[in-house]
Amino acid sequence: MAKEPKGPMDEIIGQRGKEKGPEKDSGRGINRRVFLGAMATLGGAAVLSRPAKAHASSEFEGYPNSFGLLTDLTACVGCRSCEKACNEENKLPAPAKPFDDSSVFEEERTPTQKAYTIVNRYENPKDKDKPIFRKIQCNHCKEPACLTSCPIHAYSKTPEGAVKYDPDLCFGCRYCMTACPFYIPAFDYWSAFEPRIQKCTMCLSRIKAGKMTACAEACPVGAITFGKREELLKIARERIDSNPTKYVNHIYGEYEVGGTNWLYLSGVPFDQVGLPTNLPKKPLIEETKGFLSAVPVVLTAWPALFGTIYAALRHREDLEKEGKEEEKKGEVKK
Amino acid sequence: MSTNMAATPEKQQVNFRAWFMDKLLMGMTWPDYIRSLITPFNIVAAIILSIGLPLIAMRFMLGLYLVTHASNEYPWGLYLGWGLFGGVPLSATGFVMATAYYIFGFKRYHPILRLAVLAGFLGYLFAVIYLLIDLGRPWRIYYPMIIGFGTQSVLFLVAWHVATYLTVQLVEFSPAILEWLKSQRVRRWAVLLTIGMTIAGIILSTLHQSALGAMYLLVPGKLHPLWYSSYIPVFFLTSSIYAALAMIIVVSTLSITFLKNRTDQTFRDNLPKLTLGLGQGAAVGMYVYLVFKLIGIAHDNNWHMLTTGGYANWFLLEIIGFVLAPALLFTYGVKKQNVSAVRFAAFWAVVGIVMNRINVSIITLNWNLPNHLHHIIPPWREAMVVLSIATIHILIFRWILNRMPVLHADPDYTSH
Repeated sequence: MAKEPKGPMDEIIGQRGKEKGPEKDSGRGINRRVFLGAMATLGGAAVLSRPAKAHASSEFEGYPNSFGLLTDLTACVGCRSCEKACNEENKLPAPAKPFDDSSVFEEERTPTQKAYTIVNRYENPKDKDKPIFRKIQCNHCKEPACLTSCPIHAYSKTPEGAVKYDPDLCFGCRYCMTACPFYIPAFDYWSAFEPRIQKCTMCLSRIKAGKMTACAEACPVGAITFGKREELLKIARERIDSNPTKYVNHIYGEYEVGGTNWLYLSGVPFDQVGLPTNLPKKPLIEETKGFLSAVPVVLTAWPALFGTIYAALRHREDLEKEGKEEEKKGEVKK
Repeated sequence: MSTNMAATPEKQQVNFRAWFMDKLLMGMTWPDYIRSLITPFNIVAAIILSIGLPLIAMRFMLGLYLVTHASNEYPWGLYLGWGLFGGVPLSATGFVMATAYYIFGFKRYHPILRLAVLAGFLGYLFAVIYLLIDLGRPWRIYYPMIIGFGTQSVLFLVAWHVATYLTVQLVEFSPAILEWLKSQRVRRWAVLLTIGMTIAGIILSTLHQSALGAMYLLVPGKLHPLWYSSYIPVFFLTSSIYAALAMIIVVSTLSITFLKNRTDQTFRDNLPKLTLGLGQGAAVGMYVYLVFKLIGIAHDNNWHMLTTGGYANWFLLEIIGFVLAPALLFTYGVKKQNVSAVRFAAFWAVVGIVMNRINVSIITLNWNLPNHLHHIIPPWREAMVVLSIATIHILIFRWILNRMPVLHADPDYTSH
């Protein structure tokens, strides 16, 4: 789109001192042409920038019938059956400590490439003897930051609700890990040739086969409810309404970063059970949309703008040259 | 490139030998050349590389874990924090100088133009090399170009722009290579492209310098609020401009100190005055950047955070100690026509830029994780790999400056 007809390009040679300049008297005409072209392009940029904005404001409401899960922290007893089921379902390597070893609760863990879900223990401010257990895994955001961040589209959001990762499209930049607000994607730093991201798959193949996720099926106390996200929101709301002293009045995941397909209920504020509470309500992609919508404007307007500045520079140089020639030619004017 | 068709085989061989000695051995014979290589700097470089290169080879055979501190919580370490986020703003030299010279008409800066373009080109090249070390599957580096288009990703933009801009910079620098090879015709073509390439450089640079900042727009929950701002793309872009001006001063200072015999009279005579001019530009750029930083704090109404200690003090140190202070020294140096002060300020400002980028990418990211900061001191292997790549960077830079017409004009091609 750059408007540099051959004219000014020829002149570069002159400018770099390769040619002398007598045949360059057409310079002014060319400059005007460059200028008009530049103005036309600027106008085009103004027009183009509008659809870009319109596109930026379109909002994705999420798949209406997608599935989700609801973890009720007040019900969880920390038995780690979900971890065990997840390990078996995904054929992950055996853990260093067996699943009935409660010493793992000594430290705050995050999911890894060997454990897509983990349960952590937190102190209960209401009752010291009844610690709170919180399961965490990929929350399957409605508009995931990992998907937004990926330059190769290795992530996709399926209509079932799962955020799916395709290792065949991944070059291992790990921007998804930086972008994820929940510290979920895990990377296999130990593999030289096939390192990949690993995280909870929401048991997509099970869901497609009409089954619930392995962790939900394994939970002995019904702390994990599987169902349509819309239904789960209703269930969660009912639980809060029917027992307002038991629960904090907040469904974690309803609005966090635009909403997640995994929802949580808790008896204590969520920052006390290791879930980030400083997240915006809008999806994280909204944070970058403004920047990205400026890109086509820059692409279009910059050549015109800087082309014009260059043309103005050439114009000034021509005027100077003409002025000198006139000085030489005649004192007639003076 | 152009071969002599009429030459006999022996003559060709003699020609090649003469060419080889002239171009690659700087006019020396092999024994003389090798002897000239034994210098304290080269010995240190050899020691570093003898440790670092095997480590790099092991990284590709055994896995990334061997040479990085990165983890699931901290996916990016020094390779990107220093090499990419720190290296790219310091490599804006080519774009800033070419724009000033060709588009805005700062013709006096001709003696340092090529040096700036070369510094920019090599800076980007090495940013990509750091990236190749860090990528899980570097052989898929071209994937964003051909296999999958993640157009919603800021990194997609960065990938395309850095790749394109690397090519643009090679074309921009190619006249020097072609003069070195004495190729008249191709050189003329390359020169013809200059204005187009310069404008392409402006577009690509404004977009990807700011895009490196925009990458962090996605992490409002993770980055410390004093560094997170919706203005972060503007911060990255404006700071890259003064970073470039300071870096040109740094590189030209190093060149005239260590490679004086490769400079010509024009370069030596003009450099002090040009340094002052660059210093003035850098000072203005830094004041503009500071104003943007203040706007950023005001926009998010983060004034109260400045007195919270810890990170806030670190933020104030960065802003006052490594932006305002060098800016004032630039101003002082320019006012008093004190070239040494301006040069000192330039080194200072460059440290400040690297500090800012590492603050964003390593030190204040994940500030609210428990045990944060445990990961800040890199393990020795990671440091060694970084040191090795930096050493190769310097060696290649020197190799080119020793041979190609960068610090001096080639007498066969009178530029002005």
